[in-house]
Amino acid sequence: MKEITYREACHDAVRSALLADERVFLIGEDVGSYGGCYAVSRGMLSEFGPQRVRDAPLSESAFVGAAIGAAMAGMRPIVELMTVNFSLLALDQIVNNAATLLHMSGGQINVPLVIRMATGAGRQLAAQHSHSWEGWYAHIPGLKIVTPSNVDDARWMLQAALADPDPVLIFEHVNLYNEKGALNESLTAVPLTGAAIRRTGNDLSIITYGACVNKSLRAATELAEKISCEVIDLRSLRPLDEATILASVRKTSRALIVDEGWRSGGIGAEISARLMEQAFYDLDAPVARVCGAEVPIPYPKHLEDAAIPQVASIKKAAETLVGSHE
Amino acid sequence: MSDFLMPMLGADMEKGTLVKWFITPGAHVNRGDVVADVETDKGVIAVEIWQSGDIEQILVEPGQEVAVGTVLAKMRSVADKERPSVPGPKIIEQPMPSEAEIPQRVHASPLAKRIAEDLGVDLIKIKGTGPNGAITRADVEGAAKRLKEIPQPTVIAEAVAAPVTTGVASSDQMRRAVAAAMVRSKRDIPHYYLQTDVNVQKLMSWLTEENRRIPVTERILAIAPIMKAIALGLRESPEFNGFYKDGAFQPQSDINLGMIISLRGGGLVAPGITAVDVASVPEIMSRLRDLIERGRRGKLRSSEITSPTVTISSLGEQGVDVVYGVIYPPQVALVGLGGIRERPWADSGMVGAAHQLTITVSADHRVSDGHLGSRLLNRISELLQNPEAL
Repeated sequence: MKEITYREACHDAVRSALLADERVFLIGEDVGSYGGCYAVSRGMLSEFGPQRVRDAPLSESAFVGAAIGAAMAGMRPIVELMTVNFSLLALDQIVNNAATLLHMSGGQINVPLVIRMATGAGRQLAAQHSHSWEGWYAHIPGLKIVTPSNVDDARWMLQAALADPDPVLIFEHVNLYNEKGALNESLTAVPLTGAAIRRTGNDLSIITYGACVNKSLRAATELAEKISCEVIDLRSLRPLDEATILASVRKTSRALIVDEGWRSGGIGAEISARLMEQAFYDLDAPVARVCGAEVPIPYPKHLEDAAIPQVASIKKAAETLVGSHE
Repeated sequence: MSDFLMPMLGADMEKGTLVKWFITPGAHVNRGDVVADVETDKGVIAVEIWQSGDIEQILVEPGQEVAVGTVLAKMRSVADKERPSVPGPKIIEQPMPSEAEIPQRVHASPLAKRIAEDLGVDLIKIKGTGPNGAITRADVEGAAKRLKEIPQPTVIAEAVAAPVTTGVASSDQMRRAVAAAMVRSKRDIPHYYLQTDVNVQKLMSWLTEENRRIPVTERILAIAPIMKAIALGLRESPEFNGFYKDGAFQPQSDINLGMIISLRGGGLVAPGITAVDVASVPEIMSRLRDLIERGRRGKLRSSEITSPTVTISSLGEQGVDVVYGVIYPPQVALVGLGGIRERPWADSGMVGAAHQLTITVSADHRVSDGHLGSRLLNRISELLQNPEAL
């Protein structure tokens, strides 16, 4: 075990990918000279040169489109988008091209593209840099949406994404970059999709992903004396690992979904609907959600904190859901 | 506002457990409605209410054991509209409300509902502890566990079918209840016993004729006309029909005959048929059938338990010739019936064979004397000589 930051894990992932495969290159705004907006690619320009670590102009549509073309031509591009908000400028390329070409070419052309982007609130970056739209992207067939929540996944999911023949979007939560974690040095790969049970429990299944996994684990620890919480890290929002979610909820009979994204039409709503469809008769309480407040993410620290799930709000929801038994 | 109290369902009852409400606050009840199931040592009794009105508040939750006289619910009664009458047992014709007819929305989780169905737990009985008071799995499982601990009517029913495995707890309780009542009887009541042999040849012939005309399921057994004769006899001997309470005899105008039903799981119950003196023989028969069947299932109503003014103990079918019974307090008389058998009968200097029945009366010497007792026995015997008039 080695303590590293999530940022270091992302850095090591990109670097080892560049080392391992000639076809891999990194492209994005400020990834070269500046070393990446979140300093993930620091030092890579000098190590790999401007052909493989490419600073892009401020046009998400242009460089994502270029990466799609490169992927179709046999390269393995890694695109870095500064934030999920800016990814909307490339939405047409992602949704109408990357996600559709395999289908529209009758299976002849696949797009082995990987896009990394920062998501989420917590760094006081205000309403144009702080949203959580991975749930939107999870709506789209043809994409895989993954959300590494710890250093192991940050270190190894990129490798699995590059090995996948189709477009994969990796959502790295801004609040995780500075978080330290123990890297499991015996790992050399992780599966790209499939949920992980981060803590086992019997009374309640907390279903979450990304930065909310750590918050949920802290809530579960603080509740441990009265409520035995199971914490599921979804890891992948598309495809969703229904089997793991359903097995857990059938065991605990209660589900709490923690999602930093907005409640209306979010990924939490989708998970809740699937529980209704497939685990209704196993539920001992209504499915509950702790989600982001339905406002543009505020700039002031206290309001930003109040707008997204926190340990206290997760604990409160868990206690309400379990009732007065335990 | 008036109070609905835990009734005394038998002389030996001191407390009862409210098993189930059939009403909710706000519900309208009519005089005679079955409003609750109450468990006593003798089984589960469906309790009727004797006032019409609206239930305001329920004060005792299912599962609670409370003393006789405890206020179970508050109600706003429709006072004075009812005809003035002594609140007392009447024939109940309303069927017990089924679960589906009770207008109550139960908030239970889908899992709790599923488990309740599997465990045979009634959700209406359960207080929920989940979000917003919803019933959860733990509530259902807890209730199922408690139900196992309290003997239920089903336990008695099971005891009938399999006394060795499940009847122990309930028959123990019932044994204690019988013991308490009988000790009280023998301690407080100075019994005297009279006995007479009755020639029932005419009755048996009449029964054979009658039964030839009616379907097997409605066949009349000798007990029905005998009960009618006893009731008519009691009408002329009011000293035997009533209760000894607070140091005085209180004669009763209705003649309600209790019938001792032995339960195969152990113990006995003595529910009553009301107003036997004015009922027809076929009516008595059908009510008796119903009573025995429900008595054995533990599904009796409160009025049936409290109503008997005189009890009958009939052991003839078990090969007994004479029964000297112990009076069931606060009643003051018990009529014992032996078996109907063909025996030698001397009449006018000739010995022939005739069906005979030995009837006894056990009576309370505080209330009546032997000559009144013999008049009663003779009158019953006379009435049985003219069965078609019964």
